[in-house]
Amino acid sequence: MLLVLEQCLNGLQFGLLLFLLAAGLTLVFGIMDLVNLAHGSLYMVGAYFAATFTAWTGSFVAGAVLALGAALIVGMAVEVIAMRRLYGRDHLDQVLGTFGLILFFNELVRIVWGPAGLSLPLPAWLSAWIEILPGLDYPTYRIAIIVTALAVALLLYLLVMRTRLGMLIRAGASNREMTGALGVNISLLYTLVFGLGAALAALAGLMQAPIQTVQIGMGENILFLAFVVIIIGGIGSIRGAFIAAIMVGLIDTLGRAFLPDLMGLIMSSRGASQVAPALSSMLIYVLMMIVLVVRPAGLFPVSIK
Amino acid sequence: MTRVLLATTALALLAATPALAQQKTVKIGFVSTFSGPTAVIGNDMRNSFELALDHLGRKMGGLPVEVVYEDDQQKPEVGVQKSQKLVESDKVNFVIGYIWSNVLLASLKPVIDSQTFLISANAGPHQIAGAQCSPYFFSTSWQNDQTPQAMGHYMNQKDVKTLYLLGPNYAAGKDMLGGVTSTYKGKVVGEDLTKWPDQLDFSAELSKVRRARPEAAFVFYPGAAGVQFLTQYAQAGLKGQIPLYTAFTIDAITLPLQKELALGVPGAQQWVNDLPNDANKKFVADFRAKHKAYPSFYGAQSYDAANLVSSAVVAVNGDLARKDAMRAEMRKANYASVRGPYKYGNNHFPIQNFYLQDVVKDADGNLTLKTVATIVENNQDRFHNECPMSW
Repeated sequence: MLLVLEQCLNGLQFGLLLFLLAAGLTLVFGIMDLVNLAHGSLYMVGAYFAATFTAWTGSFVAGAVLALGAALIVGMAVEVIAMRRLYGRDHLDQVLGTFGLILFFNELVRIVWGPAGLSLPLPAWLSAWIEILPGLDYPTYRIAIIVTALAVALLLYLLVMRTRLGMLIRAGASNREMTGALGVNISLLYTLVFGLGAALAALAGLMQAPIQTVQIGMGENILFLAFVVIIIGGIGSIRGAFIAAIMVGLIDTLGRAFLPDLMGLIMSSRGASQVAPALSSMLIYVLMMIVLVVRPAGLFPVSIK
Repeated sequence: MTRVLLATTALALLAATPALAQQKTVKIGFVSTFSGPTAVIGNDMRNSFELALDHLGRKMGGLPVEVVYEDDQQKPEVGVQKSQKLVESDKVNFVIGYIWSNVLLASLKPVIDSQTFLISANAGPHQIAGAQCSPYFFSTSWQNDQTPQAMGHYMNQKDVKTLYLLGPNYAAGKDMLGGVTSTYKGKVVGEDLTKWPDQLDFSAELSKVRRARPEAAFVFYPGAAGVQFLTQYAQAGLKGQIPLYTAFTIDAITLPLQKELALGVPGAQQWVNDLPNDANKKFVADFRAKHKAYPSFYGAQSYDAANLVSSAVVAVNGDLARKDAMRAEMRKANYASVRGPYKYGNNHFPIQNFYLQDVVKDADGNLTLKTVATIVENNQDRFHNECPMSW
């Protein structure tokens, strides 16, 4: 029973991380109608910034804060320099353009930081573990990820639903021409939204960095999952992204954890250990297919512009 | 008349030059991973291979050496395409390299079907040691099962009674876990194969290890995955609680990132940078002088591959058409291997020693690997009986 609880925490943590990445992606896709494959590059850049600034300042938290600021600036610069050229164009042009950005960022990182990758060590107070329940120790850092991501989700909700900026974002999403006609500076709004998305991706990247290594191309695999999340959740919907991300995180983790044992009930344990990993890596795509069949626009479709 | 003669001679010379030029180089295709997260391994192999060529004066049997490097992107479908290109359009005499067993398995057939020698400088899937063995295949590394088998012996010596196995779900991962269970005498209480190469978070598996409470865990996570695994093992509070035994998880490339996390974690290997033979001393010293880092076992095997090929080309005096004679020479392993002398089995895999290695600090405070003991001597892989080839 404790194992199930522990695996649920693992799944929740993974799902929340996916949410941070998917939130930025869905904002940009839903509001700006822009397919941004380079979102994973911003995740990578966030991790590299955090590793560098942490080494400079000697503090993980200070490094993380500086990295977020830097990623926000990089995101806004990318929007002004590159993304503006892509609005209103065909999605295929956007895919091509942002794929080019992936190559650009990978090469840039190779030139600046070298090909070997970096490590981002955790401070002692985060690399311990806490006894949540008797007999259930859980790594402090993973709890910190859960708490941070939940706080960010709440802030994002408040930002979009309760502030003037959020109102403009929602207005821009439902009718950009009309919003522009009412005197709102749409291009500044887009720059801000893109920067916000970049900062969210960077936050996911820098939180993942101490668990994994900081390396070139680290954002590319996880970006697939982020796309799955926004497809399941409904493109443009932050609430959908939140719920879908947690579903994907839980299904992926619980599948990996328990499928070998379940398969073991119906076949030899040797066979189960071969089949289960393949099957568990399919689960989230099966989920996506079911959602697409039942609700083609996702679980929480955003009303049409 | 003289003019006509001269002209004809000149024409004949012109026509003959390209053909002569083709015969006058040894052309080698080198397939490894040069992009993506594991490009550091490919670069290390290339650096060591280039160093070997420098030591050979960039000539083999009097012929200059020409190398074509190809990036397999760690993908079998790309590897087979690049290997085909090397034999069909570049018409290389040898294909060397291959980090990943799944890439090698996909690439083997087009190369050996064209009767080109393929020398694996790392991957050693059991299929090629057994039923799929070929007169055109040689290994300068090991068969996948051998290293974990040595680790299994060592865990028996340490009297480990219960064990949990973890590795990636691809050809080599399955071989590694199969290898360790073939020699380990205790009880395997759990086993997980993780998605490869894109699963980098092992939280679910580590929770299972913690609940299973084994006396030890055996892992195989090559490249950057080894860094991620050791980091997460420590974060999960398992380091120090459940001792780790490893194969191909801690090496000269990953150590600068694993740092203290790798201290006290034993591994097995057929080559360690401190092996006291002259060829190895020269290789390690020159590599360190040039690249300011220790060479890895991937590099050592690539260095050996260059020397193995050179021995064959020298034996036929550069007549690269005499493939049978080159094969006969390579079977002798008549070159100064940096692991020390070894023999080839009937399936062209080395019969060699495996050493226990540990992480220590060198004189400058850098972490490096050190030979602690010899675990098995003259070890031959367990699939050679399935290979029909004999000589």
